[in-house]
Amino acid sequence: MRLTRRDAIAVLAGLGIVGGGAVAIDRFDPPTAESDDGDRDDIPQAVVVSTMVAAGEVVYPSETEGIREFVEAYVLGRTRDEERGAQLRAAAAELDAVARDWHGEPFSDLPRDERDSLLRELGADTADPVADGTLSERIRFHVVNELLYAFYASPTGGRLVGIENPIGYPGGTESYQRATTAETEDG
Amino acid sequence: MMSTSNHAQTDRTPVSDADVCIVGAGPAGAIVAQRLAASGASVVVLEAGPRFDGDRREQLERHVRPGLGTPWEMGGPRDEFTSSGESFYPLNAGRVKGVGGTTLHWQGMVMRLHERDFELDSRHGVGADWPISYTDLKPYYAAAERELGVAGAVDNPYAPPRDEAYPLPAFPPSYSDSLFAEACERLEIDMHSVPSARNSEPFDGRSPCVGYGTCKPVCPSGAKYTAESHVEKAESAGARVVDHARVRRLEHDESGTSVVAAVYTTPDGETHRQTADEYVLACGGVENVRLLLLSASDQYPDGLANSSGVVGQYFMEHLFAGMGGRLDRPTRQNHVGFNTSETHQFYDDSEPVNGLKLEFLNYAGPSPVVDALHAETWGDELRTQLADAYGTHIAMGALVEQLPRADNYVTLDTETTDDLGDPVPEVHWSVDDQTRAALARANEIQASVMDELGVDVEWTVGPDNTGPAFHHMGTTRMGTDPETSVVDGECRSHDLQNLWIAGSSVFPTGGAMNPTLTIAALSLRLAESIQGRMP
Repeated sequence: MRLTRRDAIAVLAGLGIVGGGAVAIDRFDPPTAESDDGDRDDIPQAVVVSTMVAAGEVVYPSETEGIREFVEAYVLGRTRDEERGAQLRAAAAELDAVARDWHGEPFSDLPRDERDSLLRELGADTADPVADGTLSERIRFHVVNELLYAFYASPTGGRLVGIENPIGYPGGTESYQRATTAETEDG
Repeated sequence: MMSTSNHAQTDRTPVSDADVCIVGAGPAGAIVAQRLAASGASVVVLEAGPRFDGDRREQLERHVRPGLGTPWEMGGPRDEFTSSGESFYPLNAGRVKGVGGTTLHWQGMVMRLHERDFELDSRHGVGADWPISYTDLKPYYAAAERELGVAGAVDNPYAPPRDEAYPLPAFPPSYSDSLFAEACERLEIDMHSVPSARNSEPFDGRSPCVGYGTCKPVCPSGAKYTAESHVEKAESAGARVVDHARVRRLEHDESGTSVVAAVYTTPDGETHRQTADEYVLACGGVENVRLLLLSASDQYPDGLANSSGVVGQYFMEHLFAGMGGRLDRPTRQNHVGFNTSETHQFYDDSEPVNGLKLEFLNYAGPSPVVDALHAETWGDELRTQLADAYGTHIAMGALVEQLPRADNYVTLDTETTDDLGDPVPEVHWSVDDQTRAALARANEIQASVMDELGVDVEWTVGPDNTGPAFHHMGTTRMGTDPETSVVDGECRSHDLQNLWIAGSSVFPTGGAMNPTLTIAALSLRLAESIQGRMP
């Protein structure tokens, strides 16, 4: 199952962030090691994106392909909202900092199972999602739930569990009379 | 995203020389405002809540994602209340304060009451008769359907008589309905469409439904009618709508026959007096009562318009009955957030006499995206959990009538005050045995359908665990006798010649149909009555 930037833009559109993803992608500067200066006041987008992509590889089903393109587009669109964007960037940077403290490596460089364990050790699996809460709560809200929302509110992610027009995605009037899940992306 | 609720409106001072002052900008107030403003009257609407401008997707995300608060900002110190009856009444889950009122989060089901609903006492010796008949209200029902843009079909053999088609075509039955249809056919239960205040095609400058699946509590596409439509039209016709204007009492003249001012407080702490020739209360079945009782004076120590003593009494609700489980095949739920089939076959039965209508749900069982956001795992494990949980759920709902009873009432809790220091409303409510019996009957019919369909029933909501449908009715009842009712057949107070009450608080009985179409019809009629008094 392959996710695309188009899937991400569709979810963003459902949230009213119309065109935001596309514009942001055009402006996106691909991540490089040099751009990661670790400054918390100006968290490099590359760290945010690579951390979110690495978390996406954990929270999405293992058969998912195209995670990088999908998460990049979604995060760039999402972070256009100033307040939410700042909170998301901070939560991703904190997750990355914990990985460096505990394992001596950026979160995105850890093996997948270690990323999974780290998120669980931080309590992100059971924490309530709170945008400005404790570290566990913020990581649940801005990393885990942001990624899960993007995935399961998209027709491609929804189709994987049986519904091609999930709640929050505008398309249900096209599919509610059908007996079976539409295989195409016409929603 | 910017906050949708703000204090952007800065001038909240009274309008001079207003003809009509309306309290509340929900469907009742907005429709009256639009009609009267369009006829040339100077209209001011005072709304306690905010104007929710901005992007409706913010409410969508608040609804779907945990941790973002309630979509319509209900439940703060402004909205304090007391529930004192045998059954807890979750008042703030069932109303919205804001421009558009509770239509901001309503489901959008719009049926006419049946003929028998207007004459329950005469026909069955229970409840009360309305001072008006179905025939009196029929043209206003038709007008209300046009105003709200109702999508429907003339396919319901149990509906009361009508003379015209619906303004918009009905939404076709869902796949899930087709599963029910086979079982209902064998049981000789007739299914039919559901009149819906939701665009099935473009109407009134709003989008057709695109299926976000979140009708209640928010329609991001604007396909679902909200009273914001009528507010906008009223403002275009010259009405002034003031948000964050909390009306705290009405003042009357020395003779006690006319209201002379609505006293309201604004966010800057200022208190203003809005004068007008006519006053319309349209703030719901709970706040209408509260405002009348808060307006007590030396002349009217029991509250305004309350010489009968029945203001607040006969609070009625519609009770929910439901049953659901899983089938051995896909049921395709949660694509849309509204229902496309019901049956009103049992509505007019005399045993039980309470009205009841049955719904075939299109939103049974979990939504994968919502479940994912609450899950305690992720990855392949989550995918398996979601795929197992979704897909084969099926359910029916029902609304059951509660007859008017003096021991269900709304009053003031003088021990508890809101953030302005005013006593809060107290809702004293319980579910009586007669209503419980009707709920059991609804469950019995539902069980027969589930059995015929082969559903493995997993849950039942019935007499012992029912809840309200959030339809606040009956507390300022309409009648011909000033000793037993609050308003007359025109919805004008018996006691004060320029005080009118719009909304479901005037219903003497509530039937089992969702009340908003009747609220709209009565509001159109009320506006016409006020128009008749204008110079």
